[in-house]
This record gives sequence, C-alpha cells and structure tokens, in this order.
Amino acid sequence: MSMLPDNHGRFGSYGGRYVPETLMPALLELEEEYANAKKDRRFQTDLAYYLKQYVGRPTSLYRADRLTKKLGGAKIYLKREDLCHTGAHKINNAIGQVLLALRMKKRRIIAETGAGQHGVATATAAAMFGLQCEIYMGTEDMQRQALNVYRMRLLGATVTGVDAGSRTLKDAISEAMRDWTTNVRTTHYILGSVLGAHPYPMMIRDFQAIIGREARKQILSAEKRLPNYLVACVGGGSNSIGLFHAFLRDTKVKMIGVEAGGLGIESGKHAARFSGGKTGVLQGTMTYLLQDENGQINLTHSVSAGLDYAAVGPEHSLYHDRGRIKYTYATDAEALAAFDLLAREEGIVPALESAHAIAEVVKLAPKLKKSQLIIVNLSGRGDKDVQQVAKMRGVEL
Amino acid sequence: MSGRLETKFKQLRDKGEKALIAYLMAGDPGLAETEQLVVALEQAGADIIELGVPFSDPIADGPVIQQAAERALKSGTSLRKILDSVKSLRQRTEIPIVLMLYYNSIHAMGCEEFCRAAKAAGVDGLIVPDMPPDEAEPLKKPADAAGLPLIFLLAPTSTPSRRKLVAEESHGFVYYVSLTGITGSKLNNVGDIHDNIKKLRKVSASPVAVGFGVATPEDAAQVSKMADGVIVGSAIVKRIASHQQDPAMISHVAEFVRSLKAAMAPA
Repeated sequence: MSMLPDNHGRFGSYGGRYVPETLMPALLELEEEYANAKKDRRFQTDLAYYLKQYVGRPTSLYRADRLTKKLGGAKIYLKREDLCHTGAHKINNAIGQVLLALRMKKRRIIAETGAGQHGVATATAAAMFGLQCEIYMGTEDMQRQALNVYRMRLLGATVTGVDAGSRTLKDAISEAMRDWTTNVRTTHYILGSVLGAHPYPMMIRDFQAIIGREARKQILSAEKRLPNYLVACVGGGSNSIGLFHAFLRDTKVKMIGVEAGGLGIESGKHAARFSGGKTGVLQGTMTYLLQDENGQINLTHSVSAGLDYAAVGPEHSLYHDRGRIKYTYATDAEALAAFDLLAREEGIVPALESAHAIAEVVKLAPKLKKSQLIIVNLSGRGDKDVQQVAKMRGVEL
Repeated sequence: MSGRLETKFKQLRDKGEKALIAYLMAGDPGLAETEQLVVALEQAGADIIELGVPFSDPIADGPVIQQAAERALKSGTSLRKILDSVKSLRQRTEIPIVLMLYYNSIHAMGCEEFCRAAKAAGVDGLIVPDMPPDEAEPLKKPADAAGLPLIFLLAPTSTPSRRKLVAEESHGFVYYVSLTGITGSKLNNVGDIHDNIKKLRKVSASPVAVGFGVATPEDAAQVSKMADGVIVGSAIVKRIASHQQDPAMISHVAEFVRSLKAAMAPA
C-alpha cells in the first residue's frame, strides 16, 4: 500500500490532477522537488529537528483511565496532537511544506483555512522562516473562528476573507487556487489537507504519517501489542490518514473515520461524504463528493469548521471502496456532548473536529471487551472553539 | 473531422480575417436570453460562440464569470437544458458553438452519454479548463467517436514538453491563455504572448485563439495580429450583468461585440 499513489497520482481510480494548465508545470515541479527532498538527508534532518524542537514531537500517547472507566469497555488511548505547537496536527505539514518552499526559492506562502488551525500553523511556520504569508478564509468561518483570525494576524499573516459561495473552506480553497494560478512563479501554496491535485494528497499524508509511526511504537511499548481500533475524525482526512497510515499493513487493526453528521444525514445538512456522496471531481481531485444530480457541489454543514467540506481526500475513497477503513459520522449534538465529556473526565478540551472522533469512541468502547485497545487521534485542542460553544449555549463571555 | 469549427477558421483565413470568439454564460440571466444573444452576437460579428456551463466551484474563473455562474444556476440552468437550447438554436444558426465546462458536469452525466448528447444537439467542440491532456483519457474516446474536438489550454507557464503535448492533443484550435491568472484579469505583457504563439506554431498546425484578459477593442486589435482567434469573455459578461434589467441589454452587448470585430479588421 505504500506504493500508492501511482505515477499519475492515482489511488485506484481516485486522485489525479484536474487543474488548469497554468498550474500543471508548478505541480510537476513540486512533485519532483518533493521526490528529491525525500531522498535528501539534509532535508530530513532539518524536518526532524523542527518537529522535535519547535513542534514538540513526539506527542504523547496518553492512557485515558477515567474516560475508559466511564465508558466501561475497551481501554482508550489518546494520541495527543493537541499538544503540538499551535495546538493541532496541522503544523506537521506546514513545517514540511515551508521547508520545500525554501528549496524551491519561493518566498511567498499562501494557504486556505477552515477552522483556522491550518492557517495558524502556516502563518507560524512562515513567520519562523521569515516568509510572506497570505491566508484565505471564508467569511462565515472567520466569524466562527474569530480567535484564530486574530492569531494569524498576530503572526504577521494577511487574512483575506472569501465572500463567495458558502463562504467556508471550499470557497477558501478555490480562492487560494486562483491566487496560486496568478502568482505561481513566486508563490507556494500550502494546502492543509490530503486534498487537491497530485502530489498534495501524497505529500501531506507523508508529512502527517509521523503520527501513526509514533503511535505504533508507543502502543507496542506500553501494551506489547497492536491496538484493536484506531479512530479519527475525517474532514479532508489528514489527521486520520496520518494516524492510520503506519497501521495499514496490520490487517487486524480496524480503522474508523468519523465524518461530520451535522444535523443528521436525512436533514441534508451535513458533511458525511461517504454516507451521502458519490464520485466526482472538485478542486483538482477525483473523489467522493456531496453533489446534486447535475454535479453541482452541495452546501455542507457542521458545527466544526474543519470538517465542513464537500469532498474527502482521494486516498480515503480508495480505502472506503476496499473496506479497509470504515467510515461513519457523528452529529453536531453528539460531538458537543463528547466535547463536554472529555473536558470533565480527562481535563482536556478537544477541538470540535476531534470531538467527533471522541463521539464515536463513546459509541464503540462500551461494545468492546476491557482487554481491547482503542487509539483515538486527538487532532487538536479546543481553545479556539470555547467562544463558539459558549455562544451556542447562550453564555456571554 | 470537418465540422463547423474547421470550416469557419478556413473561411476566415480565406478572407484574411481573424475569428472573434464571444463567451456567454449559458443561462445568465436566462436561457431564452442566451439564445437571443447568440443570434444577435453572430449578426454583430461574432464568428464562434463559447458557451459557458455554470458550475458551483469554477476554479479557473474570476469574479465576473463566477457571479454569472451563480446567476445562471439560480435561474435553474442545467447542462441538459443548455443542450436543449443549443438544439433549438440550430434551427436558426450555423455559428460554431463550443462548450466550456468543468469536468464534474461531464462526469455527473457520464462521458459517453454527454458526448452523444452534445453532438446530437449541435455542439462543435469542448473546452474543459480543469482537465489537462494528462487526465483526458476517459473523455477522449467518446469525444472522438462523437466527432467532438477537445480543445486544450496552453499557458504562459507551459514548458516545451507540455506545449508539445497540448499541441498534439488539441483539436479544432489551441486555446492560449494570455496570462498567468484567472479569467477577467488584466492583459499584460503582449510580447510574451507573441513569443509563445511563435513557439506554438512550430509544433502545431491548428489555429491558435487567445483568451483570458482580452477586454477592449484595443486588446482585440493587438491580439488579432498574432493569433487566429480572439476570445472575449468577462468583458461581455460584465455588460450582460450591468444591463440585467434593461430591455436594451441585447443591443448593448451586440454593440460592444461589433466594436471588437471592427477593431480586428485587417489593416
């Protein structure tokens, strides 16, 4: 499975490079540069240095005893990506891609952001290396994640609101692609998830795969055996593929990806691509999409801005079809309950995205034996969501 | 395939003229208006019509075309209805019509069914801005079988090997994108366009049309000196947008197209 994607950037029939010709040379250059960097010991040493000393890796694998006891089933471990600098796994990819931009001598960085975590991570990495940075963000998301907007500005980035379409992540990606098309000679586009045209889904997976490599070692050291289940939330799918990738060959390890069920599938207001979508092409890649019968992309809904997107990473589509990963969803209400639960039981306020994964654990753990193990990816911390959750509950801060 | 497109370029070449390719967003403000516009623009001097199919997420387009797509979708436009419009237009005009549409619109209908339906309706070529030749395989065979030329885009950033690929794969004409950017950007560096077209001509015998950023009669005049065709999109769509409620909308737009064609007249 590590041979995926093929030379054309295909994961089975998914993936590829559906972009305007103007971007093709840049994608080919990026693919080549990344292939060279991968083999370059200096690049790998630099990356390892920044991940350790700046990001704070390895992140811990924490045994959640009180949550385990409360749910009364399998033993639960949290992979603590929330402890990364900037508060989420997004920085793993941002550091890797900024190092690539430096190799390509591109001094201007652009990125899209939904929840703001990728925007903050990119602004952070750009600041650390003294690069110019512009972040595109839907105006709806800017409202939901005002704190992160200000954080990005503090870090020296320009945050540009996107007022088109649904004014969320999808529209921010389109606008970033338009900027890249216009400024491709001087600019590197740091896409934040395993989406878009080849080589992005492959490269971002590789940068995030450190999550699973660490977790695999850590669980073997703590329990002398592999886990029975891995659970992670799936927006674009970078934290989940990051955790799952190192375990794909371990055929006994079951994997569950949790999409945003929003107000429920029957309401149509959700972002559960595998429950309500079919295949198509959006923003550079062939994958499962939420769309109507004419191929127009549907508006999505989730309480979590980071999961509120109409497409899923193409590699996930392949594993879905093969049955290697099972995909389910958690609704807004279930995620909010899990948000509270983790705060009360473990003293950890999870990101609303990660709360979707916790919500699945709430359903899964009691059905399993006490001897069984679950690792859930706690992809980010919830500080950014505190204000929004308070507002939803009518609490004035 | 000797279709309307090829015949048109040949006729123009014989007369020493260049093709004016006018872009319309199908269904903006409604399909009835689009049909009237096609006929009126032909009378005003347009040689070929490029008919945009509205898509919710048009990554190659600037705000003018994006908003036109939103209006068209709001008015209930779909690919099937657009093909019906082309079919009804074919009772009134033989002007070559090429569709510009994003790949997902084709994928949703299915490549084979789409190509058959488009050809039967009277479509003369396809431009798919988010489908480079590298991804065209599933569309190539059904397009070939139906006799629908696939027109590919060449960009200022294209390398020599990509130039060759685009030249080989493109039928009908080659669409040269005049700038690194999206539709409706401002035309710059005309010298670059000239150089790139010269290089393209060495590897391609197809006509070359230039689009993205051609907004004024002056732009059209300049570009028509180097290319076989001049594509004007956002500048036309902008005029449709600003005259939405105006009964004289069609004559306004036709007037603009007339001025473009006049500027392209051989000296």
